[in-house]
Amino acid sequence: MLTLSLIIIPFIGALLCLFPGKQQVKSFALYASLLTLVANVYAFTQFSNDVSQQFLFNYWWIQNLGISFKIGLDGISILLVTLTNVLVPLVILSSFRNEFGNAIAFYALVLIMQAALNGVFVALDGFLFYIFWELALIPIYFICLMWGGENRIRITLKFFIYTLTGSLFMLLGLIVLYLHTPGTHSFDIDALYNVQINAETQSWLFWCFFLAFAIKIPVFPLHTWQPDTYTDAPAQGTMLLSGIMLKMGTYGILRWMLPVLPQGVAQWGNTVMILCVIGVVYASCMALVQKDFKRLLAYSSIAHVGLITAGIFALNTEGLQGSMVQMLAHGVNVVGAFFIVEIIERRMKTRSLDQLGGIAHNTPLFSILFMVILLGSVALPLTNGFVGEFLLLIGVYKYNVWLAAVAGLTVILGAVYMLRAYQKIMLGETTDRNTAFTGLHRSEKIVLLCICAIILASGIYPKPIMHVAQPALEEILSHVKEIY
Amino acid sequence: MGALIIIACFGVLAMMAEVFHFKKAITFLMITGLIAGFVVNVMEWNTFQSYYNYMFLSDNYAVAFIGLVIFITLLWVLMSQNYFASESSRVEHASLILFALSGAIIMIGYSDLTMFFIGLEILSISLYVLAGSDKKNIRSNEAGLKYFLMGAFATGFLLFGIALIYGATATFNLLEIRERLMQFNTVPGFVYAGILMMMIGLTFKIAAVPFHFWAPDVYEGSPTLITAFMSTVVKTAAFAAFYRLFSTCFSGMSEWWISLIAVISGLSMIVGNVMAVYQQSFKRMLAYSSIAHAGYMLMAIVAINQTSAGAIFLYAAAYSFASIGAFACLNAMSINGDENVSALAGIGKQKPFIAVLLSIMMLSMAGIPPVAGFFAKYYIFYSALQSGHVWLVIVAIISSLIGVYYYFRVIYTLFAVNPTAGNKSFFNEMHPAILAMCAILTLLLGVAPSLLQGLFP
Repeated sequence: MLTLSLIIIPFIGALLCLFPGKQQVKSFALYASLLTLVANVYAFTQFSNDVSQQFLFNYWWIQNLGISFKIGLDGISILLVTLTNVLVPLVILSSFRNEFGNAIAFYALVLIMQAALNGVFVALDGFLFYIFWELALIPIYFICLMWGGENRIRITLKFFIYTLTGSLFMLLGLIVLYLHTPGTHSFDIDALYNVQINAETQSWLFWCFFLAFAIKIPVFPLHTWQPDTYTDAPAQGTMLLSGIMLKMGTYGILRWMLPVLPQGVAQWGNTVMILCVIGVVYASCMALVQKDFKRLLAYSSIAHVGLITAGIFALNTEGLQGSMVQMLAHGVNVVGAFFIVEIIERRMKTRSLDQLGGIAHNTPLFSILFMVILLGSVALPLTNGFVGEFLLLIGVYKYNVWLAAVAGLTVILGAVYMLRAYQKIMLGETTDRNTAFTGLHRSEKIVLLCICAIILASGIYPKPIMHVAQPALEEILSHVKEIY
Repeated sequence: MGALIIIACFGVLAMMAEVFHFKKAITFLMITGLIAGFVVNVMEWNTFQSYYNYMFLSDNYAVAFIGLVIFITLLWVLMSQNYFASESSRVEHASLILFALSGAIIMIGYSDLTMFFIGLEILSISLYVLAGSDKKNIRSNEAGLKYFLMGAFATGFLLFGIALIYGATATFNLLEIRERLMQFNTVPGFVYAGILMMMIGLTFKIAAVPFHFWAPDVYEGSPTLITAFMSTVVKTAAFAAFYRLFSTCFSGMSEWWISLIAVISGLSMIVGNVMAVYQQSFKRMLAYSSIAHAGYMLMAIVAINQTSAGAIFLYAAAYSFASIGAFACLNAMSINGDENVSALAGIGKQKPFIAVLLSIMMLSMAGIPPVAGFFAKYYIFYSALQSGHVWLVIVAIISSLIGVYYYFRVIYTLFAVNPTAGNKSFFNEMHPAILAMCAILTLLLGVAPSLLQGLFP
């Protein structure tokens, strides 16, 4: 029931959004998402740290087709669910200064999104996973469509069709897996983990699944929807997309691909690693030359998640641990970074690096918080980014020295483009234009302070995260290693 | 069987309305007849009764499909209340609809080829008249004539096919045909010709590529409500007949015709979806999309295994509910005289409720979870993969993606495009009840598909 409440609370909250009226709906949505966080924190306190799936809720959905409503939490799930439920209230809070037309629909969609994302991370039935996976796509499509920038219609449709392509191939893969399960078939995760498939079938099934995950993450060369969508979506949409939604892809690889298709992974893992590393360097280079700060962050996000994916496919403890830590770290950092963009855009009406500058003088608090978030994403020691990237690079290093050497460039390049951005935005001459930059509002302060607190806390003491994830990751690794 | 008698009687009764002056009660009469037919039909569940010397078989397959077509017709009547309240020749139309439904019921329950032919003709002839029923509209006249000529052509093929099969087996009974065909050491060549001709006749009726050319024009020219009837009830009945014929009679020779239908299915999906992308008119877009949906449903016939019947049934139900909803909106648009998708701009702001409901219909047609269309599509894919048709599923996936492009055009026009000046709202008179009902059914079927899927264990 505890797991179910993570899905039910935001969902009911979304339905109830119709009632409080335009003025109160913001705070109502915030309370609904905070209530989910409370349930989540309670689950965390009750969580015992072993490999088992806990707080199981198993109920037949379509019995004669072997489809069940089975949800539960293990070490990986609970971390990602927590990420979701921590970030969604912050995203909602970050929108308090925005005046949306049709605010009710906006907050209802954000809450549905929260329900669907929680659903993706807790689903233990292939079919259910797919339903939540797709369900998460609909609210974000409408958020981007209705409150996005100028080219929103074209860009959101491209985004939707792109991701749906992957999803449908994943559906094909899931059905094929399902048909390989013994007896009257079943979508249950245990049945899928134990399914016997020959290497040849695994080889093409791998691509069915990987396409879906790689598009969502996105992995080079399937990233072309991402910069446009991130740039054009409303700030909250970008935060949801980059902070949480892309974790669906990396989570999907961990949960639904590595243990299910070990031979496929063994066969194609190397190819994927090379793609990831290419993506890391390519996106970093692209980020170097961007003029639009939001677009720069979009490319930097591709670089970061490329490294996460590479860490997963390195198939060693350090890589998986690193990917887990970095998934959380990247989620928090990128939400912070995109909120910084939004704060600047609210005041200066532009995101262009060339037109900004000299903000630091009038807002010391803002510049400090910005600096912390920036250091988090360039992986300075004592920030959360450092732990993740360090582990990831060790993981890749153990897999292949040369790949690690190339992937390591991301740390250097990341520092270059982020510090350059900071310099252009914050430093420089104070002019008439930027004296208008007013101090932070209360809601903005709260959001940024929370994010910075998380960045520093998990950077200084990351052990709890690694401790919680450890058993579940080892379990996945043992599934993969069986075939070597 | 009881349902057939009741509905045919109510059809006759409806014709009397003019003479005995109860024209005002015609909608009520139709609804009573349909509900009575539905109830009687449900009571026949699990009876497996055969009637009239094995002419009509009331097995669970028939009961389920007959229930579905009656239910869709009921939705359709509720949607067209205004039409039956004002139209001058409404009495004739009401009885023709009931007769068409009787034809559909015969087409679903037949167990004899003569009965099949009679059902098909009752259905078709009623529809030829209905397609041309907007007498003063030249497009409607064109539609009626075109539908008649094409339909007659298809019927000819079908009849020739039946004759050839009869020539080989000396029987019209489906089960006997199957047995006789099995007994042949070498099947005579003209049996193949017979199957091929019946296949052509049926693919004409369901408007599958390459026999789809009549569909867009007929759909566009016919009065919108009649188009709605054609694309839901008629399609469902034709598929039920198609599946019954091929799964009973010709299942022994399946390896031969499966590849043919697979090609037809793939072509229908691709051509229907690609052509729909280029349409500006909402009605024409739905016409092409119905060709594509025929392609998806054919996948289940290609698969021909124990899940096929359920897959066709679910798909027909999901598609019909979404279609009725979409056509209800389209009807409101065509009363206003603008059937283009662009006329929907700004509805999301003016009438958010209707816009959301119409979006649910479009999501269902596009096959996005958690609505009915998704589960139906999943089940079709599942059925096809079970028989190992991976390539056909990949074609279906690609064409679904093309489909998303134009279904979502409707959605973003509703919500994100600003209306041009002079764009009146035409949903003022429309009552959202029927649309809401379709939306509820669509969502319900998406969340609990086992309600219908369970009928076909």
